[in-house]
Amino acid sequence: MIKLISPRTLRKLGILGMNRRNVGYIGRYNPRKNFRLVDNKLFTKTAALDLGIPTPELYGVIDHQFQVKRMVAELLDRESFVMKPVQGSGGKGILVIVGRQGNDFLKPSGAVVGIDGLQRHASNILAGLHSLGGRNDQAMIEALLDFDPMMAQYSHEGVPDIRVIVFRGVPVMAMIRCATHASDGKANLHQGAVGVGIDIGSGASVAAVQNGKLVTRHPDTGASFEKLKLPHWQKILELASGCADMCGLGYLGADIVLDRQHGPMLLELNARPGLSIQVANQEGLIKRLQIANEIADQAADAAERISMARHEFNVANMVPLAEQAAALS
Amino acid sequence: MMHPRVQIGLVATLLIAFGIGLTLYKATRLGLPLLPGESREVWTIESKISFKPSSGPVDIELKLPQSLGGWVTLEEHFASSGFGFSVEDVGSGRSAARWTRQSLDHPTTLYYKIQAYRANEDALPEYPTRVDSPPRLKADQLAAMERLVEVLKERSTGPESLVKLMIQQLNRDDPDPDAEFLMGSYSGTRDSLMLDVMSFAEIPAHLVRGVQLQDGRRRQQLSSLLEIYDGDRWLVFNPDTGSMGLPDDFYVWQRGPGAVLRVVGARDSRLEFALVNNRLPAKTVVSMEQQSENFALLDFSIYALPVEQQGIFKGLLLIPVAAFVVVVLRLLVGIKTSGTFMPVLIALAFLQTTLWVGLAIFLVIVSVGLWIRSWLSHLNLLLVARVSAVVIVVILLMAAMAVLSYRLGLDQALTVTFFPIIILAWTVERMSILWEEEGGREVLMQGGGSLIVAVLAYLVMSIGVVAHLTFNFPELLLSLLGLVLLLGKYTGYRLSELYRFRELVNQK
Repeated sequence: MIKLISPRTLRKLGILGMNRRNVGYIGRYNPRKNFRLVDNKLFTKTAALDLGIPTPELYGVIDHQFQVKRMVAELLDRESFVMKPVQGSGGKGILVIVGRQGNDFLKPSGAVVGIDGLQRHASNILAGLHSLGGRNDQAMIEALLDFDPMMAQYSHEGVPDIRVIVFRGVPVMAMIRCATHASDGKANLHQGAVGVGIDIGSGASVAAVQNGKLVTRHPDTGASFEKLKLPHWQKILELASGCADMCGLGYLGADIVLDRQHGPMLLELNARPGLSIQVANQEGLIKRLQIANEIADQAADAAERISMARHEFNVANMVPLAEQAAALS
Repeated sequence: MMHPRVQIGLVATLLIAFGIGLTLYKATRLGLPLLPGESREVWTIESKISFKPSSGPVDIELKLPQSLGGWVTLEEHFASSGFGFSVEDVGSGRSAARWTRQSLDHPTTLYYKIQAYRANEDALPEYPTRVDSPPRLKADQLAAMERLVEVLKERSTGPESLVKLMIQQLNRDDPDPDAEFLMGSYSGTRDSLMLDVMSFAEIPAHLVRGVQLQDGRRRQQLSSLLEIYDGDRWLVFNPDTGSMGLPDDFYVWQRGPGAVLRVVGARDSRLEFALVNNRLPAKTVVSMEQQSENFALLDFSIYALPVEQQGIFKGLLLIPVAAFVVVVLRLLVGIKTSGTFMPVLIALAFLQTTLWVGLAIFLVIVSVGLWIRSWLSHLNLLLVARVSAVVIVVILLMAAMAVLSYRLGLDQALTVTFFPIIILAWTVERMSILWEEEGGREVLMQGGGSLIVAVLAYLVMSIGVVAHLTFNFPELLLSLLGLVLLLGKYTGYRLSELYRFRELVNQK
């Protein structure tokens, strides 16, 4: 017999479901016309630069097939870079190069890619292999981030990124997605990556979950999640909140990475952020979203929104989910 | 400005109430049955006479059916714009419709539509027995004919077995030399050859002409049965298979000799039939006929359409039901499907192929398609070219499958053509991209999800009551629309989420 949770319990815990997210938040607070800005990473980058939000340096863009050879040849001067589709979704089609071996390129796993491999990858991106709906796309080449060493230990062959849900400019919930061997270097929770819930108040970890089960250590690197505390936390929240003003979406997921030199940088934005952040935090979104609504109505500016959020959503001030559940039964 | 939620609730309630109200009105006041229950198969047979006029007056005569074998005609309708029209008695209880016109300059189609049902399974009535005098044949034909009749008589015990033997002989791939010679040199059709053999064997015989009843057929031709007298009763044989008895699905148009259609002053004339089968109590149809003057409503029902369009709507009206199933399964249950309405189209194909055959065909084509597509992905093609290549591959697969299964004697697999090709090709394309990016598990999840939804949609569509209700009470679709609008505002949990978040309570 498959064990299910009763809808009544879910509602009492304030878990946000897919339908409610689509109708009540995405449909209501995210105007269709503003999706363009987040679905296209070049638009996002340009808008971020205008507002002084740091993003990884752009090396070049390939718009047409005939440019592929020339652009890839120029990459011979680079030690490391990332090539990705401008309109890719869910981290698809991202090729990371961390080093060189003569005229060849090295992937994080140590695998070697030749010039022709890079060209083929670029052609695939242009043909829309990785893009929403298979549309023709552009390929962009960015600087490889120099991960903060504190973050690097929590990820296996992948990019450890920080996802912050921002509602009406108020940071509501956050997590780190850590790639694992099981997730094949991808940061998708349903593929086996570890989701670490982060306290909005302090930037420290709340809980870590892999495949719906609580874990305490990264299964590949062995790093303990309990001691995890993000540096630059205030800056991260400011950055996430700033993105909301920039793109005009009321309900938004901001993906942020920590660079060793530049600190927090915006990687990409998501107009339809997933729901597993609730599992990583062991906490429902609905109540927080209601509080965030009040904060957004009261606060005068971004700084106030963040400080109110840090206070309201501080784990120390909140009742853990397990206790809520115990109180229910 | 009203709150959108209230607005939708109001519109949806109105739609649902209107649909159900109109249905109840039709059911109680007009006597249309809500359940298919004690229904009769009412066939609507539309005959189309099409021809190209030559110069001079045009004179078309169509013999009308006799209503034999227990068939009762409920309604007759003639369409004859611009023609002089009359129904004439042509003797021996037969009547014929006659269209005349002084001159005509463009190809024309005339219509004659009847609604009929088989009240009881009567046998054909008595018929005067008369042996036709043998036709005059050339010397070599005559010799072959006599030898053939002699052989048949020798090997048979009576008229019944003789006819069976003859039908067997004339349908064999390698008939004996006499039969082969006769068929080769005969000017008439095989059926007239059979009649001649009968007259040489001195057995009274004639052809029974009629329509093979197949629901949804649009260009059915007249077909013939062979009827013979064995000494004390008339027996009917199928001239192709030799099976005896009047088939249930055969509507007798004319018994005995004579042309069904006579055309003067035109060429390339054709007589074709469009057929639709409705399960309705016969009395309902009758009462509809009587009341249609009083209730303008029925004039605007699907029944007012020509038969061909009725047949199409019978299928079209089921699509909203399938779409509703998809909405429920995706929003309430949370099954992942590849493409929103791909399952609906697959379910429609299942209606034509039957479930298991359809499933097998679908799985074979998609898996072989995926295999070939994985090879195409190495070639690094541009998207449009790649999808077109997949379309071509899918069509080749379908052809190969049809030929192979036909050779193996599996006729069911011929229904492969009912699958929408473009949808199959897109499915293959999406699945293979999904495979490359998310791995085989996700392909199984989405592919399996789509199939489950398609099967459920098929099962709902093939419930007799559903087909009956959508066809007879199309206004119920308004109620369905209302429900879909309400579901569009549903913000509760999906069944899948009760599973997804199941661990949240028990931890720590």
